[in-house]
Amino acid sequence: MMRPVRLGLAIAVVALGGLLSGCERPDMETVQGNYRGLGIEQVINPRIAAERLAANQAPPPVPPVPEGGPRASEVFKNVQVLGDLSANEFSRLMVAITQWVSPKQSCTYCHVGDLASDAVYTKVVARRMIQMVQEVNSGWQSHVRGTGVTCYTCHRGEPLPTAVWAAPADTQRFRVLGAKAGQNTPAMTVGLTSLPYDPFSAFLTGSEEIRVQSATALPTTDHSNIMDAEWTYGLMMHVSQSLGVNCGYCHNSRSFMPWEASSPARVNAWHAIRMVREINNDYLTPLTSIVPANRKGPAGDIYKVNCETCHRGLAKPLQGAAMAQSYHGLGMVHAAAGAASAPVPEPVSAPASPEAP
Amino acid sequence: MPEYQNLFTRVQVRGPVDAGIPLPKGDWPRSGKGGLSYLYGLIGDAQVGPFYLGWTGLASILCGVIAIEIIGLNMWASVNWDPIQFVRQLPWLALEPPSPKHGLSIPPLAEGGWWLMAGFFLTLAILLWWARIYRRARALGLGTHVAWAFAAAIWLYLVLGFIRPLLMGSWSEAVPFGIFPHLDWTAAFSIRYGNLFYNPFHMLSIVFLYGATLLFAMHGATILAVSRYGGEREIEQVTHRGTAAERAQLFWRWTMGFNATMESIHRWAWWFAVLCPLVGGIGILLTGTVVDNWYLWAVKHGVAPAYPQVLPPVVDPALGGMP
Repeated sequence: MMRPVRLGLAIAVVALGGLLSGCERPDMETVQGNYRGLGIEQVINPRIAAERLAANQAPPPVPPVPEGGPRASEVFKNVQVLGDLSANEFSRLMVAITQWVSPKQSCTYCHVGDLASDAVYTKVVARRMIQMVQEVNSGWQSHVRGTGVTCYTCHRGEPLPTAVWAAPADTQRFRVLGAKAGQNTPAMTVGLTSLPYDPFSAFLTGSEEIRVQSATALPTTDHSNIMDAEWTYGLMMHVSQSLGVNCGYCHNSRSFMPWEASSPARVNAWHAIRMVREINNDYLTPLTSIVPANRKGPAGDIYKVNCETCHRGLAKPLQGAAMAQSYHGLGMVHAAAGAASAPVPEPVSAPASPEAP
Repeated sequence: MPEYQNLFTRVQVRGPVDAGIPLPKGDWPRSGKGGLSYLYGLIGDAQVGPFYLGWTGLASILCGVIAIEIIGLNMWASVNWDPIQFVRQLPWLALEPPSPKHGLSIPPLAEGGWWLMAGFFLTLAILLWWARIYRRARALGLGTHVAWAFAAAIWLYLVLGFIRPLLMGSWSEAVPFGIFPHLDWTAAFSIRYGNLFYNPFHMLSIVFLYGATLLFAMHGATILAVSRYGGEREIEQVTHRGTAAERAQLFWRWTMGFNATMESIHRWAWWFAVLCPLVGGIGILLTGTVVDNWYLWAVKHGVAPAYPQVLPPVVDPALGGMP
């Protein structure tokens, strides 16, 4: 008589354990992010936060070199982008780039024999990447502010940054039955939801409309649909995961759309999406023809960047370390050397952006 | 040694199985002879069967099997017929409705045609099951309360999957078949239409949902609490003093001043349960057809409060000096 009861109890215990096994243990810390009592707050697991901070340390700058001296273009041949730097500063930056991008492979990752030669594709890519960093630091201060980026922000000591994306391969072998339509798959890109798992092609190379809510209470002719909302939701899952924040970091989740109810961080993210599109479309995609197959995804497109590439789970990449300030040639504005290390005030409205929405 | 004191007992009586009353002319015979199960006895009547199938039951089960086969085989095909991946990914897998470009037309099978077909058979299965419930109630000489309560749930199902998509002019507005996918659909639906929590019919639906669970708990607790006085014989007792029926009612009159009657408590429970999907369906039906952004609708009508601005003001960067 008792056996079925014991069996039932055992099943219940195992099921309960299974249910709880996916949970993070308490305590959590909460940080209020808006008017009190609204629950617009960040929930932080201090154990995960500690891991992330430990994994996101900026390396110390390469020791400074004496100023002045001949320019790089006078000392070296074929210096197309950094010729205005002093030869000393140029060499210092080369040392830094090697540490940031190819510490194991060393200089020979780009330079074989003649330093001026463009024979190795990595050197051509590196030149384009330096231009990209300059563009990000000078043209996208709306996003990177006075912190700026360096090669290390993405590369972290790896020739190919670990957090990159490419269009997924079409793995469907059956055409009439079982269309996945790019969703309904446990994918990390969208936080293991069933949302469309490649929001990057649509929004970070393409310029699909992200806004899905109506600006009027009653219906108009403007019709985005529920599937559009799922695509946007997928992108937002990625942003949220990459920055280690929840919706409330940017939005008042009772209404995602109104800017007047959002935090200034949302403006920052708006610019980031446009910046990432420019990086992907103007800097990375054009390199597709010169990179080998192991720099391309399963669908043959080059690996590209998204929020995770720099952020790695932190709202401020590398804890906001202003690495780029320590180097000339990366496009940073160095006019006020003293002010550069001071905290940059958060702009409250959007500065003009070089690109249309 | 447990004693068999009243009808509310966990003692399982073992004896010949009871076939039930004779069936009306024209009905099918009942299937099976019935048997006794200890495990079923723990949660209900120990006797399982005989079972009445009937043609509505048979047709309903057939249609349901067809629908589930279409859904399941599409899910399995979507992982290239890999049985391990089918089990592993099952909560994520789905059969999606047609994409928006197809509107209300009949799309190719792979682009939503299967979904339409599965929906057709599932709806048929549900409607046939409703007819079966109605006819079984009549055959037993019962009222049809259960059938109409089920009809309330069917109303919500039809609004979500059929009526609202028709009004919106697109099958793509309907719900996918799938475990996580239908939940993600729900979240996306709320986001697209400006937060469903500001939909007053959604609010009412939640009231009736939680209200129904509360009433169920109150009623269940009350009747269990008076079973020691033979509370299950409520109708025999209702005119007498000091009975379980009077104690049950006095308990609520003393604790909250008002009590339902032995009859009305069941109407309370029935209406709360039925109104949950009924008003919920109205709320869904109005979404996108009559109201496009529930938050803005709530602001317009003074429902959504404004909060003090504590963050620096933000403007839409797409407006600021953009071409």
